[in-house]
Amino acid sequence: MLEVKDISLTFNEATPDEKKALQGINLRLETGDFVTVIGSNGAGKSTMMNVISGALFPDVGDVQINDKKVTMLPEFKRSNYIGRVFQDPMAGTAPAMTIEENLAIAYARNKKRTLRPGVNKKRRELFKSYLASLNLGLEDRLTAKVGLLSGGERQALSLLMATFTEPDILLLDEHTAALDPSRAELITNLTRDVVEKTHLTTLMVTHNMQQALDLGNRLIMMDKGQIILDVSGDEKSNLTIEKLLHEFQRIRGTQMENDRAILG
Amino acid sequence: MFIAIFNAIDSGLIYAIMALGVYLSFRVLDFPDLTVDGSFVTGAAVAAIAIIHDVPTVIATLLAIVAGFLAGCITGILNTKGKINPLLSGILMMTALYSINLRIMGQSNIPLLNQPTVFTQLRGTWGDLGIDQAINNMLISTFGLERTPSTWSILFVMIIITAIIKLCTDFYLKTEVGLALRATGDNEKMIRSFSANTDTLTIIGLGISNALVALAGGLFAQYGGFADLNMGIGMIVIGLASVIIGESLFGTKSIMRTTFAVIVGAVIYRMVVAMALRSTFLDTGDMKLITSVLVITALVVPKLISTHKEVKRKRKKRLELQTRLKGEA
Repeated sequence: MLEVKDISLTFNEATPDEKKALQGINLRLETGDFVTVIGSNGAGKSTMMNVISGALFPDVGDVQINDKKVTMLPEFKRSNYIGRVFQDPMAGTAPAMTIEENLAIAYARNKKRTLRPGVNKKRRELFKSYLASLNLGLEDRLTAKVGLLSGGERQALSLLMATFTEPDILLLDEHTAALDPSRAELITNLTRDVVEKTHLTTLMVTHNMQQALDLGNRLIMMDKGQIILDVSGDEKSNLTIEKLLHEFQRIRGTQMENDRAILG
Repeated sequence: MFIAIFNAIDSGLIYAIMALGVYLSFRVLDFPDLTVDGSFVTGAAVAAIAIIHDVPTVIATLLAIVAGFLAGCITGILNTKGKINPLLSGILMMTALYSINLRIMGQSNIPLLNQPTVFTQLRGTWGDLGIDQAINNMLISTFGLERTPSTWSILFVMIIITAIIKLCTDFYLKTEVGLALRATGDNEKMIRSFSANTDTLTIIGLGISNALVALAGGLFAQYGGFADLNMGIGMIVIGLASVIIGESLFGTKSIMRTTFAVIVGAVIYRMVVAMALRSTFLDTGDMKLITSVLVITALVVPKLISTHKEVKRKRKKRLELQTRLKGEA
């Protein structure tokens, strides 16, 4: 369970560049919720993700995971509970290390790291079975350096690494945006499968409206640092891109930025 | 000639320990750590002053390791907690260590000629075994050498020490902590998202790196029979030279292979310098120049070779395609 209470964050306060990135955000995810987040550039989506992950600290407000206050917990401690996949396929894996070593690093996410070998026979078998579920043939390339993989393969590996230890919260920050359409679809499908299978509490930021409609049981729309729309259940499954754009116009009184990225 | 190469291998193995330290900071942590020039002397100074005060030689050497570890940790703290750029953290620590080393030694040079060292003590027990005579007699009868090394004990001990350190390094870099340490140098953002404290890892990594460098310094003082305030100047370049020469000759396919490459790189470096100094037109003052030329060669030549190979391969492929097209036409 994730709870974001009354979070506000302003960048460059009291300067001409002042930007109110988040203005009183309230959000509560029940265990097993899969929430997609949309909004135009600068709406505060990524800032909200960074406040939840601990990369940024809010000016006011609290972040709670499983009723435990983590607002000021540094990023590396908070990742005990949080699995993350970044937009950049290069960001989630260590390129100079092998596939099995990367998985061993992810395996130790919620454990104390010891002076025992990171990869042993038992774990190698475990890693193989996880990799096989990706259907990319990576299970036969355990000792290949990750830098040799393609962007799509690396992102699939990142997703696996973020999820196979079943974190309390999964944060996906536009994790398909940097991939070509077919690879993006592959990662989208993998995401759907893994969240369905493990019932992870997931927050996914996307620029792609169709993806936001297809995935998850709840959708929120952000604009100017606020949550302006929050739909779930049947209401969400009946949504279409046109209805969403119309809704935005109704709430904001202006047309949504008409760039192709948003329409996706 | 043989003696010169033999001595180069002895000292090369001592330098190899330092080179492994440099490998840990430069390659594994991706941290260009210039503390090395200072911590090498710190190791020598601590070992020398301890030996003069009748501390057992093995313990004196261990003290050198501890001193180097602390120096490295401080560089790490400057960088991670003080947010000072890596190069500058190392330079600041190196500069500070110059004065600290002088404080430790009390004078700029400590001779150890009549003091016991790990090497002389070992030589005592070693001499009773009669191995030196056996090996030397064999060399004289088979190769007809006129001069033979006075003892093989140093080589023997250094091979064992270096091998142990290499194996420990290999093992450590494969442990859970070691993997996190490598990832810190490879992708810091990623390893933070897998709940590793990159600050602590950087501090510990630099500590271990400089502990190895100080161990090399402590051993070198005992091998050479003195500790000198200026013996560390240019050490970082020698360490880098060893890493780069070794990597370009043996590659970096795996950790085990790379650490081996670094050790052999250090020995080769010492051999090349020894050979160069035997020529009539170079003298000891040219050593830094030789080192720089060596590093430049090791950096440039492999690239030239691979580019040349690539060009040749493409030209061949092109010719093949052309002749095939002509054949079809």
